[in-house]
Amino acid sequence: MSKNNTVFIGKNKNFWDRNRRSGGYLVKKRSVQITISVVRALLMFGLCFMIIQPLLTRFSMGLMQEQDLYDSTIILLPRHVTLDNYRIVAELTDLKTIGGGWHFNALLNTLWVSILSSAFQIVSTTLVAYGFARYRFPLKNFWFACVIAVIIIPPQTIQSALYMNFANFDVLKIFTLFGANAEGLTFWQRVLSLFDGTGTGLIALLGGSPLNLRSSIAAYLIMCITCMGLKDGLYIYMMRQYFQGIPTSLEEAAYVDGCGTMHTFVKIMLPDALPTIASCFLFSFVWQWTDIFYARLFLPSSSISLYSTQMSSMVTRMSRYFSADASVAVVVPNGRQQQLISIAVLICSIPLVILYLFTQRTFVESLAMSGSKE
Amino acid sequence: MSRDRKLVTMQQRRARTGYLFIMPFIIGFVLFMARPMIQSLIMSFHNVVLNPGKGYNMTWVGFDNYHTAVAVDPYFNTRLTDEIGRMAVNTIATLVLSFVIAVILNQDFKGRTLCRAIFFLPVILSSGVLPGIEKQNEFYDMMAGVAESVQGASGVNISGALQDLLSVSGVGSGVFDVIFQMIDAIYDIIMASGIQIIVFLTGLQAISPSLYEAADVEGCTAWESFWKITFPMVSPLLLVNAIYTIVDFFMKNDNRVMERIYEVMYKDVKFGVASAMSWIYFGVALAFILISSFIISRAVKSAQ
Repeated sequence: MSKNNTVFIGKNKNFWDRNRRSGGYLVKKRSVQITISVVRALLMFGLCFMIIQPLLTRFSMGLMQEQDLYDSTIILLPRHVTLDNYRIVAELTDLKTIGGGWHFNALLNTLWVSILSSAFQIVSTTLVAYGFARYRFPLKNFWFACVIAVIIIPPQTIQSALYMNFANFDVLKIFTLFGANAEGLTFWQRVLSLFDGTGTGLIALLGGSPLNLRSSIAAYLIMCITCMGLKDGLYIYMMRQYFQGIPTSLEEAAYVDGCGTMHTFVKIMLPDALPTIASCFLFSFVWQWTDIFYARLFLPSSSISLYSTQMSSMVTRMSRYFSADASVAVVVPNGRQQQLISIAVLICSIPLVILYLFTQRTFVESLAMSGSKE
Repeated sequence: MSRDRKLVTMQQRRARTGYLFIMPFIIGFVLFMARPMIQSLIMSFHNVVLNPGKGYNMTWVGFDNYHTAVAVDPYFNTRLTDEIGRMAVNTIATLVLSFVIAVILNQDFKGRTLCRAIFFLPVILSSGVLPGIEKQNEFYDMMAGVAESVQGASGVNISGALQDLLSVSGVGSGVFDVIFQMIDAIYDIIMASGIQIIVFLTGLQAISPSLYEAADVEGCTAWESFWKITFPMVSPLLLVNAIYTIVDFFMKNDNRVMERIYEVMYKDVKFGVASAMSWIYFGVALAFILISSFIISRAVKSAQ
């Protein structure tokens, strides 16, 4: 009986019949649904378009010859297509020797610097996050507050101090406090020397002179391994959230069976946390790839040419590049400058977009996992 | 007795292991965060002169650097107030927009996966050096200017026309100025809200569907259940997102205050003034974070 009934309502009567029976309710409901989905589709399309559009604009602008830029009848589609701009940008950003072959120096450097520093960052932040999630120790809350502080203090606040610090780097600059090289200093000046970078360190004590680590990757890697790299506070926070969500029973079982601390961590916790670690690594890689702050501070383009620093100093090199005589600078028109910059932006972001397409799941899902336990 | 002692030593051992795990952070924090912070605080009260090969010399100048930053420097002051205004408007807009988008993305429709993928793209496309360079893009401004004049001629400049209309009718023009500022900045806002969308989306997905069913059975409309279920359940995430947005905004490279500090530091080589500027900037940022977290946590409490 009931089966007959459903068949009767569902199939044998058409929409308008059913609408009449419901007293107009069906039409109302249906039209609301359609309106909502149309509005939603329009909104989604508009917003998505807004995100994608700059990429497309840059792409089409990159294909234009210079004369097309000033032609006001051309908005998107180039009339005179050329690939020459890409060659120029490549020569300006150290991807290709001028008039010579391709060597991709800047991109390759960026690649290995990003991988290396992200790896350092993730190793140390994973350990620290695990420590925060699983162990109880005195002053734990204080140190965690410091992690939060690292997240919210802009590194720009300390950039001048860091600059000085690494320009004459020394291990343990505390010996002035104990009297080394401290003739004529009052006690307060000695205490001050702990902080202002004028203290005597181990290397100076042994007769050497302070090292200039500013333009070497060593300085940056030291920062990364001690959790002070780009956005490290955030990774500690994310991974701690994740570790806290894993039940402790597994580890306890391992301890009971005689498994050591490190062994438990490596064999039991790490495999579980791999997706989160992978996503932190990806974030770190992407942000490192485009980073300019630490790159400018530690790796100026004279030492290792990274793509981000090359890109930001590209405009200043342009005027020399376009003059026939290398000693005379010419004024490059604004539109032309911007065209070349947008090609550089495109070259910088395309590898990341491709990476993102393949690893989209890792990115979004583990962020979701660690965010949900707030 | 002996059992008791053993428990204590076990705890101590655990504590020691814990410290070993977080050791990298402690070393890094003390050496590369706390010390430089104190150092830059000291510097901000000194006149710092670089001394090639031998470090630098400092002479005490009291609050002179702060005075220079606020009252003498031609750009710092105006840029700081501009950026704060922009930040206040953008933070609110980012929160609202990312919440709305998260609600939409949580619904079932065709192409949802694609949309999610695209909305997350800005996290990549607006990081590091990329937005800073985009900002200098006067060529785009020029093209936008051309487009606007074309629109103006044909009379289809909708936002402008609306603005005129509303200001003529005399409805609180200050409010509308803010709203139009948001609309004009929509690109910046959407580019800054990738992570926030995901965080909200996660919160939405954690809500049990049975709640909505129960509300439906009780005769709640969709609108009511949005305000009675969805909003209170997600509102704790509002605080996280607000703080993330503010911090993100303050640290962006396209921030013009940052640019100024950078100029003062590397072009004028005035480390003292640059440090003072950074401290003023940090103080403002911290004040903003504290005020907004206070307001939001109050509001969230009253909503629940």
